[in-house]
Amino acid sequence: MSMTALRSFRDPILVAVSLVVLWQVLHHIAGDVAVTAPAPTLAHLWEMIGQARFVPHLRETGLAFLQALAIACGGGILLGVVLGGHKLTGEVAEPILVGLYSLPKITLYPVILLMFGLGMPAKVAFGALHGIIPVVLFTMNAVRNVNRTYLRTGRVLRLTPAQTAWHILIPATLPEIFSGLRIGFSLTLLGTMLGELFASQRGLGFLLMTAIDLNDVKTILAIAVLISAFAVICNAVLLAIDKHLHRGAAPEITGK
Amino acid sequence: MKKATWIRTVVLVGAVGALEIACRTGAIPATMIIAPSAMVVAVVKLLQSDDIGAHIEQTLSAVAIAMSLAIVFGFVIGFILNWVPFLRRAFSPFLAAYYAIPHFAFYPLLIVIFGLGSTPLIVLATVFAMVAMILATMAGLDRVPRVLLKTARIHRLSLLDEIWRVRLPAAAPHLLSGLKLAVAYSFIGVIAGEFILSTSGIGHEIAYSYDNFDNPRMYALILFVLTIVTTFNMAVYAYERRLMRRRGA
Repeated sequence: MSMTALRSFRDPILVAVSLVVLWQVLHHIAGDVAVTAPAPTLAHLWEMIGQARFVPHLRETGLAFLQALAIACGGGILLGVVLGGHKLTGEVAEPILVGLYSLPKITLYPVILLMFGLGMPAKVAFGALHGIIPVVLFTMNAVRNVNRTYLRTGRVLRLTPAQTAWHILIPATLPEIFSGLRIGFSLTLLGTMLGELFASQRGLGFLLMTAIDLNDVKTILAIAVLISAFAVICNAVLLAIDKHLHRGAAPEITGK
Repeated sequence: MKKATWIRTVVLVGAVGALEIACRTGAIPATMIIAPSAMVVAVVKLLQSDDIGAHIEQTLSAVAIAMSLAIVFGFVIGFILNWVPFLRRAFSPFLAAYYAIPHFAFYPLLIVIFGLGSTPLIVLATVFAMVAMILATMAGLDRVPRVLLKTARIHRLSLLDEIWRVRLPAAAPHLLSGLKLAVAYSFIGVIAGEFILSTSGIGHEIAYSYDNFDNPRMYALILFVLTIVTTFNMAVYAYERRLMRRRGA
């Protein structure tokens, strides 16, 4: 294990530790009314996870997120391949997609609620709506940028379409598509959580809103920590895979 | 390119027209979506009513403050992280996961620290939008071509000159996309906060109209917000195009 690999683990851990210290300091400044101390909060989280009535909420959020993620990834890749493969369609669609990407989609949530009704489908739709656009954009670019020489080589070698896809298209586009999936993952989680905070009757977001209404700081922080930890850990794993996939690609140009 | 622009216009106009027809014929009930023409009428009526001005002013000023703070701090922090490898390594995993964290969970804490009123919302939106700018700044500075930096060295530019005349212009496209995202995220931060936790502002008005089945007012508010954001983004886009043309790209 090289020094740099060691460092890339050590430094984030340092930041995590300083965040906990900062949390403790905030607790001392603001008191139990606003910030409960780290240790009791984590103990409370542990206790909550053990309770039977917590499990359905966790399952609700988990299911909504997984369905939204499946739609965002599957639909995003499919659309991206179509738009990337057909030049004119891609040119027509790209500015529309970029425009949608930078809209505050939260304003559209009531519309989603009117279309899908209260409950699971609306959350899934809102999560997928957030996640799908980066996946489409990244996939489209990946497909567009496949080196023409590879395809010509494939033709020379008389590869069947299936072989071309397996040996050329997938390896050539996978790193870029995976970067899109990673961003799609974060945004889908954001969308699903936003959907649960507003007009929801079940799920972690609902528990969070109830806790905010009751000013139950310990539960608020416990749920926030749970979701944040899930997000950070998943992202670290995805980031590692992302780097691994990109290692064969052209070296990144750096400013230094 | 010209052809694509034409087709895009036709597609967009066609989509709005199809929605109009579907709503007018009753294929889509008015309880779900109202006709686009009715939305426009509702926006005009909304802007003429007396009670909306205060809400619009409150939300837009909160967004403007949050956006400015997010852009300035985001740029400075992004610059520092790009300059100091240790800090960058330490913070990267957290920045990458940032948008999956439920920021609104920390709103009660902000109320205790900053009191009631629009300050906690502005802080929330700033913190929310800032990271988009940080990430864009880092991405932009990472991709400054080496040859430009070498040229700067050959011309013996001072550090400040090098940053001002070489690094920043080269990173400009990324900085501008960061700017656009910072605007969108400031709106998300303020409006989502108002949705859930506030008693005034555009977000609260949208939620209130939704709760009262007042679809024309709700769609008018939504259309109003989306129009402002789109207008701003198109202005940035036009500036970006001019910048790229001047570079001969």
